[in-house]
Amino acid sequence: MRNVLGRELPERIAGYGEVRPFAGAFAHAGEINRKAVKVKGDWSSPNKVLNSLGEALEKCGLKDGMTVSFHHHLRNGDYVLNMVLDEIARQGIKDIKVAASSIFPIHQPLVRHMENGVVTGLYAGYISGPVGEAVSQGVLKNPVVMQTHGGRARAIESGELHIDVAFIAAPTCDEYGNMNGLEGPSACGVLTYPAADAEYADKVIAVTDNLVLYPACPIEITQEQVDYVVEVDSIGDSAGIVSGTTRITSDPAGLKIAESAAQVIKASGLLMDGFSFQTGAGGTSLAVAAYVKEMMKEKNIQGSFAAGGITEYMVEMLEEGFFRTLFDGQCFDLKAVESLRKNKNHQRMSMSMYGNPCNKGAVVNKLDVMILGATEVDLDFNVNVTTNSNGLLMGGSGGHSDTAAGATLAVVVTKLIRKRFPIVVDSVTTVTTPGETVDVLVTERGIAVNPLRQDVLEKVKKAGLPVKTIEELKEIAEKLTGVPEKVEFKDKVVAVIEYRDGTVIDVVRQL
Amino acid sequence: MSDLRRSMLFVPGFRPGMLQNSSIYGADSIIFDLEDSVAVTEKDAARVLVRNILQELDFSGIEMVVRINPVTDSPFGEEDVAEIAGVRPDAFMLPKADEEGIRVLADMLDEIEQKEGFEQESIKIFALVESTSAVLNLCSIAKASTRLAGIMLGAEDLTAELGIKRTLQGNELLYARSHLAMVCKSAGIDAIDTPFGDVEDREGLEYDASQAKSLGLTGKAAIHPRQVGTINRLFSPSPEEVIYAGKVVAAVREAEKEGKGVLALDGKMVDAPVAARAEKVLKQAKLAGIEV
Amino acid sequence: MRITKSSEAGKQEANDIFIWLEPNEKEEIEIKLESVVKLQFGKQIEKVIRETLAKLGVTSASVTAWDGGALDYAIRARVETAVRRAGEV
Repeated sequence: MRNVLGRELPERIAGYGEVRPFAGAFAHAGEINRKAVKVKGDWSSPNKVLNSLGEALEKCGLKDGMTVSFHHHLRNGDYVLNMVLDEIARQGIKDIKVAASSIFPIHQPLVRHMENGVVTGLYAGYISGPVGEAVSQGVLKNPVVMQTHGGRARAIESGELHIDVAFIAAPTCDEYGNMNGLEGPSACGVLTYPAADAEYADKVIAVTDNLVLYPACPIEITQEQVDYVVEVDSIGDSAGIVSGTTRITSDPAGLKIAESAAQVIKASGLLMDGFSFQTGAGGTSLAVAAYVKEMMKEKNIQGSFAAGGITEYMVEMLEEGFFRTLFDGQCFDLKAVESLRKNKNHQRMSMSMYGNPCNKGAVVNKLDVMILGATEVDLDFNVNVTTNSNGLLMGGSGGHSDTAAGATLAVVVTKLIRKRFPIVVDSVTTVTTPGETVDVLVTERGIAVNPLRQDVLEKVKKAGLPVKTIEELKEIAEKLTGVPEKVEFKDKVVAVIEYRDGTVIDVVRQL
Repeated sequence: MSDLRRSMLFVPGFRPGMLQNSSIYGADSIIFDLEDSVAVTEKDAARVLVRNILQELDFSGIEMVVRINPVTDSPFGEEDVAEIAGVRPDAFMLPKADEEGIRVLADMLDEIEQKEGFEQESIKIFALVESTSAVLNLCSIAKASTRLAGIMLGAEDLTAELGIKRTLQGNELLYARSHLAMVCKSAGIDAIDTPFGDVEDREGLEYDASQAKSLGLTGKAAIHPRQVGTINRLFSPSPEEVIYAGKVVAAVREAEKEGKGVLALDGKMVDAPVAARAEKVLKQAKLAGIEV
Repeated sequence: MRITKSSEAGKQEANDIFIWLEPNEKEEIEIKLESVVKLQFGKQIEKVIRETLAKLGVTSASVTAWDGGALDYAIRARVETAVRRAGEV
């Protein structure tokens, strides 16, 4: 069958089940029942600390076929996922489903567990590195389910994704399970990815390398949700926790794109007091923030909030008064952690609060302007950030689809040609974010406005910006690069791309 | 190619990535460089690369210039011209220019154009003057060839020769700039200012470029894409200038209709030079895409 | 004509292609290509290399190419420069 975007999907996928086809970004805006969690009151001990991970697995009754979850605030410095899966393998448990908010290159040992049948299923918002390559080669038994940040929260809240045991890497924790991410050798700032896990998993285990005296204030994940605490030598490598991608680009073409994007924002008329804004931590995206800041200074504007992954740059904008508030989904550097610790206007938000389409109102709905990246964009403005140009699983939505759907103006910034790849194509390899939620594409060789947004088109034209049709942009690119040959895929589905409402927007097939 | 030369962007001739992207920054002219930015061992490679990109990629709407090596005391310059003239760049820029060099280059181009059947003098020349003797000889340089479309000042070599420092203030360039502006104006060609060296210093660039503009120079070299926007803005007529020019031209038309010879606008006399200047401002504004 | 002396041109960086020419014992063009865009443009790059060599009259050479996503004009330029440097044009 085909979904509304014309993507060919199987009706049923082995290891996934019935496919609910994507029917439009707002077709299923909706109603769910939050699932009930079975809880057994425990007043047997004032201390939840166990001796080892092994003991924790036994106490939880972890067995074949169960689902375990992890968060990725420690990013490419995370030791906990590997540590737990090694212990699971050691105990001879098989057929485990891993529900991780994201997977990084440091999680390479997961490939071995996939090959040995210890892990047979995977849920993630974003995958980079060897695990993605292995998945693309068909190593995992069941297809990976790729979720958006908001979609993951929705799936957990509704019970669609049931977690048997949640393992929460805790930079600071007390003996009764209260956690925060502000202190300790592996401090990572907010602990927002595991919020739904802690609330809805059957069992919750805190894994910490900084066990402190009760209570571990300020508490972010609270004791009444936590079953056990395990102390280990180290939960992460601080060098990998702090991302290295948070500098403004010095590439002149990137700066040109950022400047054009800022002009689009200005032309849109959204840049006024109370302005809200989110941008990624990539070099070009951050450069957009720098240009926006200049315009805000010029017009003497104070924004209401900036949201998303928080970098030093956004912290400075908060401290200099350009925004009243930061909504923090994850801290990208130590300056962000420091700001979270001392500034009451630096506000944490769970992923449900951030982007869940099935709650009473997500932060993305209040977003004026979102700056997004893209690996490919097609003539319908559909965006791929899931697979690379070679068809390899190498990315994922994260908050991409959530913010595009929520923001008043979703602007994709990308080079039109990367190496020799033309970025605007007839049809993207994989749809991550549907074109109906993408308003403007800004490249170094021109700006294209989604025909669905005639209002924006008019304003951008009136401002004298170099507007082209997306077809023209494709032609410009292909005139330089030539037409690329198509990558050949096999039939087997290796990843199911779920839209934020849980419908299937696309699949990735084996290479 | 356009008649507007506010910004002329230098791009090293060796790196394909930089060459390919040079058209996206809004420069009025692009100068692919085969001279200072290319190592002696890569002159041959850069020449072929620049020839190919000019032949195969579409740079329509932008004046494409190639800065060659000197034609008189290096073997490279002549080879540069022989390799590239056949793909018809809009112009060559001659570094360390003097009268003799310009004549040599012009003669080479005469011959090539004839041989290839190109329109005579379709390839223009820009002279880059970088020495005290060249600055003193500007009058003869400006008349050395009818191909000359403009003269650019190269202040680095000039100040080095004088043994003085370049400053943000720019007093050391006052004479050279003023002299260049006058010579070029009288010869009817463009006077292009020397590049500003500190790419990070936007305020410095702004000051430097407005100094040059105030002395009568018509455009400025850029050595980094980030400088183009500022230079274009400063060398475009300001909105006030355009509005005033529009009023002047309208008043002149009105006077012509009524058969009046002399007229005044807002209490100031509008004579022929004022009217001509107004026409020029409007033309420049149109080329620069400025609407008021 | 045959390539009788090895030569090189271009750089191993993005948007450029490094071309290394060597004599080939056989009367043929042999190409070893590594490219960041090999899946999509490998055939095209090989075709451009062969066409350029043919145009310059080269009939025997062993070509090693490392491509960082160069466009055709740059590939043609680097091949031509390498051939000239081998002293064959």
